[in-house]
Amino acid sequence: MTEIAEILLTASFWAAVLRIASPLIFATMGELICERAGVLNLGIEGIMVAGAFAGWMAVYSGMGLWGGVAVAMAAGMFFGALHAVLTVPFGLSQHVVGIGITLLATSSAYYAYRLALPEVTSPPRIEPFQPVDIPGLSDLPFIGPALFSQTPLTYFAFFTVLVVALVLYRTPLGLALRAVGENPAAVEAQGLSVTALRMGAVIVGSGLMGIGGAFLTLSAFSSFFFEMVNGRGWICIALVVFGAWMPGRALLGAVLFAAFDALQIRMQQTGLGALVPYQVFLMIPYILSILALILMSRRANVPAALMVPYNKGER
Amino acid sequence: MRLEAIADPTLARSLGLPALALVATVLVGAFLAMLAGADPLQTFGLIVKGAAGSKFALLETLNRATPLIFTGLAVAVAFRARLWNIGAEAQLYAGALATVLIGTKLALPGAALIPLMGLGALVAGGLVLLGPVLLKTRLGVDEVVTTLLFNFIMLLLISLLLEGPLKDPMGMGWPKSEPIPRDARLPRLVEGLRLHWGFGLALVSAVAVWVIQTRTTLGYEIRAVGLNAQAARFAGIPVGAVLVKTALLSGGLAALAGYSEVAGLKGNLTLDLSPGFGYTGIVVAMLALLNPLGVVVSAIFVAGIFVGADGMSRAAEVPTYIADILLATALLFMVLAILLTKFRVRRG
Repeated sequence: MTEIAEILLTASFWAAVLRIASPLIFATMGELICERAGVLNLGIEGIMVAGAFAGWMAVYSGMGLWGGVAVAMAAGMFFGALHAVLTVPFGLSQHVVGIGITLLATSSAYYAYRLALPEVTSPPRIEPFQPVDIPGLSDLPFIGPALFSQTPLTYFAFFTVLVVALVLYRTPLGLALRAVGENPAAVEAQGLSVTALRMGAVIVGSGLMGIGGAFLTLSAFSSFFFEMVNGRGWICIALVVFGAWMPGRALLGAVLFAAFDALQIRMQQTGLGALVPYQVFLMIPYILSILALILMSRRANVPAALMVPYNKGER
Repeated sequence: MRLEAIADPTLARSLGLPALALVATVLVGAFLAMLAGADPLQTFGLIVKGAAGSKFALLETLNRATPLIFTGLAVAVAFRARLWNIGAEAQLYAGALATVLIGTKLALPGAALIPLMGLGALVAGGLVLLGPVLLKTRLGVDEVVTTLLFNFIMLLLISLLLEGPLKDPMGMGWPKSEPIPRDARLPRLVEGLRLHWGFGLALVSAVAVWVIQTRTTLGYEIRAVGLNAQAARFAGIPVGAVLVKTALLSGGLAALAGYSEVAGLKGNLTLDLSPGFGYTGIVVAMLALLNPLGVVVSAIFVAGIFVGADGMSRAAEVPTYIADILLATALLFMVLAILLTKFRVRRG
């Protein structure tokens, strides 16, 4: 117990929490936008892989880091558009299309990686985002190094939550988006296009998932390697449920989750880590996600039209 | 645009559109080959040759198809009931684990071990899927995410066991289990040919699932639950119980893939036993339109693409991942084509 307390009292622990949370925050916000509009996007895992690869590849071939972020977002939006066309106007099974998009995006990224870099044994590196101190705030004792000495993308992740929350709850567009996930027929009656709103949500949401993937290659690590996303996309889907489809709560979930993840990594180095096999620690994030789903199952206010395709004139 | 149901689609439409989907997939493949600087025709030629160009290649394709038939059946059974089992990978490893545990820990003759290991696998796989399904029926927890997350948990559990209690002391430090006894291995289908009885069991399973789906009350109930769970409940069908039975069947089938790979091919359990057979099973089942007999054909087709791409990439400079892209593309084109056989796109 004292060991846990000691870990929790280090600034580097909290800095790691925010770093681990960042890709999850981007992708969770992306998934949340899709689901609020009524579309479950199971393409998330593959879209994150595509974003991680595309962003890294762009920087590796000479683009700036922010250029890489833009490319990752574009890659995410491309696969999002494909998902949107198949699930919204055509109303195909969101489960099947989502899995198909994950397979397609993942294998496309791997194929492109092998084409661009045949026969590399150790993955080449790029110069990733460096931590930026916030003037004034980062000089604060403990809180400064813990929270205000992050890479730009981490600040950007938190800013994204703010923007998503403001748009969802304070703008007419947000109202229309939420309505389209609850009662699409009513939105159509208002003279708005259900198809356009839903497709837009899936494309923008997928763009955020792409950035989430790119955080891994441009900020957390400096190279792209296979299996690096490692189920983070699926965890984000659980985080959306845990957050009851609300941006603020989903953010809280992502940070809480990251705290457990950072803790399990550090626990491996302690006396307990010598007794318990490391695989048990690695299982914790996945088990926590399932527990979160169980915990929220009774209370979750699922968007009423989630996974229900809308075909005009049909009732 | 909106979709308008077609009362009775013409034969040309019902067959032409799926054929078009395959043509479109081939075109994507040609484009990918050109990206790699290879000649598309030659690339496809090499894939076909690698998959079916010799007796050895053909047997390799059938060997690779064996686990895919099992996982494809597992997915087909579950999806028919709208039970989204994306966890065939975890169930496969559960089956492999049960096989190895029974095969190495029970000192019995091979003739007793072979059926016991299969039974153990069947039960283990069913139990692994039972958890997510009970969470779904009792608490309303979405099974897509839970079954997906179980895949990661199961792989870590196997890794833990292979580096701990199940580690082969003669394994030169590699994380692998002790091999099951020689006489507990599934015999060859034909003496001298590298194709084992796992393939035979897969064919039998496909027929059995077909019989269950078309000739039994359970099959009728599964379809009713899949078409409209609410209506099925009104009609007096115990939806929860049907989903539990479906889960036991689906998980058990996926686990047989692990059984057949261990007892028929590898002999022991390693962490790379399955290169994603569980996930590929989804593509196999969808390409077969969830028809159990169709699963056999589509599994052989999918296995052929993988085996062929392996052979091709040795000869040409095209990465093997082309196979995965082709399958994902085929899946997406095919579901769209099937939809368009039943619906017409109308403006406005």
